[in-house]
Amino acid sequence: MQQQSIHTHQFENGLMLIVEEMRGLQSAAFSFLVPAGSIYDGSGKNGVAAMLADWITRGAGPHDSRELTATLDNLGISHSESAGSANVTFTAASVADRITDGLAIFGDIIRRPHLEEDQFEPVKLGAEQSLIATEDDPQRKAMVELRRRSFSAPWGLSSDGSLEDLPSISADDVRSHHDRCFHPNGAILGVAGNVDAQEVIDAVAANFGDWEKKPNTVVEPGDRGEKRSFIEHESAQTHIGISYDSVSFPDPDYYAAWAAVSVLSGGMSARLFTEVREKRGLCYSVYASQSSLKHEGQVLCYAGTSNERAQETLDVTLQELKRLGDGIDESELQRCKARAKSSLVMQQESSRGRAGSLARNWFFLEQIRTLDDVRQKIDALTIESILDYVHRRPAQDFTVLTIGPEQLTVNE
Amino acid sequence: MKFHQHILSNGLTIVAESNPGVHSVALGFFVRTGARDEAPEVNGVSHFLEHMAFKGTDRFTADDVNRIFDEVGAEYNASTSEEVTLFYGAILPEYLPQTFELLASILFPTLRQEDFDMEKKVILEEISMYQDQPMHVAYEAGMLKHFSGHPLGTSILGTLESVGALTAEQMRQYHVDHYRAGNITLAVAGNFDFDQIVELAEQHCNDWPSGTLDRPTHEAKPQGGISIVTQDSRLQQNVVQMTSAPAAQDELRFAAEILSVIVGDDGGSRIYWELVDPGLVEFAELGYYDYDGTGSYMTWMSCQPETTAENLARIRDIYEKVNQDGVTEVELEQAKNKVASRVVLQSERPMGRLSSLGSNWVYRQEYQSVENDLAMLKGLTLEDVRKCLDAYPLGASTTAAVGPLSELQLN
Repeated sequence: MQQQSIHTHQFENGLMLIVEEMRGLQSAAFSFLVPAGSIYDGSGKNGVAAMLADWITRGAGPHDSRELTATLDNLGISHSESAGSANVTFTAASVADRITDGLAIFGDIIRRPHLEEDQFEPVKLGAEQSLIATEDDPQRKAMVELRRRSFSAPWGLSSDGSLEDLPSISADDVRSHHDRCFHPNGAILGVAGNVDAQEVIDAVAANFGDWEKKPNTVVEPGDRGEKRSFIEHESAQTHIGISYDSVSFPDPDYYAAWAAVSVLSGGMSARLFTEVREKRGLCYSVYASQSSLKHEGQVLCYAGTSNERAQETLDVTLQELKRLGDGIDESELQRCKARAKSSLVMQQESSRGRAGSLARNWFFLEQIRTLDDVRQKIDALTIESILDYVHRRPAQDFTVLTIGPEQLTVNE
Repeated sequence: MKFHQHILSNGLTIVAESNPGVHSVALGFFVRTGARDEAPEVNGVSHFLEHMAFKGTDRFTADDVNRIFDEVGAEYNASTSEEVTLFYGAILPEYLPQTFELLASILFPTLRQEDFDMEKKVILEEISMYQDQPMHVAYEAGMLKHFSGHPLGTSILGTLESVGALTAEQMRQYHVDHYRAGNITLAVAGNFDFDQIVELAEQHCNDWPSGTLDRPTHEAKPQGGISIVTQDSRLQQNVVQMTSAPAAQDELRFAAEILSVIVGDDGGSRIYWELVDPGLVEFAELGYYDYDGTGSYMTWMSCQPETTAENLARIRDIYEKVNQDGVTEVELEQAKNKVASRVVLQSERPMGRLSSLGSNWVYRQEYQSVENDLAMLKGLTLEDVRKCLDAYPLGASTTAAVGPLSELQLN
């Protein structure tokens, strides 16, 4: 694996910057995490962070909404703003020499958004329509509702918000979310691409160096949702969501947990695809994924199938999840390692991928994790270490949610 | 980046763009066959056949195929459109020989009866899955109506009935007729040695049958009209509107592409400012789709059912104004800058170059470097856009709507 050139710099106000110089690329990208995600929405106000992520680009610093868009387009900066559970994330990518201009513009967006009254109603209408669209998409709704029941509140709540809470959210609620949660302490900026680390540090200092600290907001984990749910829906398929406990991202068992899920669902030779789809033809789409947060983790599974075969699909899927503890083949482990290695090497071709990974790793681990570090962790995995993990944390005590015309029976 | 080309004696064309600075290599077999090449009685066979490739050959079982791809850590898959069936994989260069052999082999699968019967169930599930996605239902209804009487009006997935009735023998015959070396392009992008690629192709593709497919590529003459699919359980109305646009071989295609960005991109376009920014719709975009011999502009929109007609009227007003007055220099410049950056970002990864490399060859038998693409983009003028609008004005000759509405009044 090629030697990486990674630099870190923490500003006095707490803002953490991680820069990776990737000289072979033409592009550069950044991923900016601001600790203002939907977990800080507040009770009965689910949707505040999502609305802020839209409102915030509708005019900032010297620019109105249209000027801001024109400036970014003319610089060729492709960008996105979205609310996740812990953070509001700003990403940008462009030809490398434009990225410092991008940092200046996002300095305005993040620190000096206009948040004008006349733009609030359109933001609210847009948020409402996007939530209604989820109601029309049973596959997406199944996973939103599964998360709600699998993670402790408010982490399980949808970062898009909820139709119930939306009417009670005011412009001032969203402005006060910005005032309270947008601060440099706890914010993380990952930059990757054909850049010079010192130039990036200087550009960030110029645009964020005098950003004032504010107190951190603390959120305590609350309850999880119901273990069994059925949502009646007139759909062509029954959409099945299953989850069970796993580990957090910083947990020492994380890689064993990741490998266990990889044996189940990494690639088309993995067990769920082979047993549920290839051998029985029950599904087109079936998967499991490791979903780890900073303090807890879950394995989330999905299967979509025609209504008359939904019960069999649920039974077979649960059986495969439970069967993992019976044993893992050496060849399964080798495939899991090969896929990981290949994906690590290919990450070096993508400034966007690396910028996201730098920021995310710092958020979870508060340290740099090089591609080589990850490879060593993967190489160290053995069948014994994975099975030991699976035996300590078996797939059991499932949360099951189904959407479709008829209710299913969970045979644990 | 350097371009290479070679043709095997059976007619298989290899086009490749090498870039020693990247870490991976991507390869794809572009088979020039898809839904438009199907007779009505075998509707859905191209896509079904794409799935069957992964069921293996006499040498590789179905388990082998997925296992070997995963053993080399490949990012791999296949896709079927109205016109092209693509089998592709991206890998680290050291795994090129075995990946090449496997990918080439599965284009000529054994098509065993028991595999066919099992995979049919999966295809029927896939059709049902898409029935739960309202925008997809609108897309299918729009294509069917707009291209009625033209081969492009053929559904990629087929229907529960057509796929249900399909036999393995019909699929075998379709495969014999359509999977011929002269009808296939191998595209390779990234870190590789071209001599090795030619050697591998000679080793694994030389015995493929020669021949090409004669596909009628006349321009569609859509009659237009409205197709309404009423689904009471839906909360939103999903609409697709279509009208004629330049073909894949038409020089006007660059102007059509930039026009669609100016008028209907997902951010900063006229449709965006008029409908999305004020929150009138959940989603609205204009896209340009080029096909073999014909093309279409497609408008996508979803919104509250009761506002559908007024939102479509807003879009119509935008189109009429653009048809009449064209676009501005400022808009053109902004769109060029935006698209140029997208081209550069996409071209950094071999997988990003693969589709451009393959499509340019399949549709136009030409190679376009990233530099050429950027120069072409830079050279576009307001006159080019005007010329395109005169030949292919924006509009909505066909409308398909899916949602609670049972009728839709369009002025």
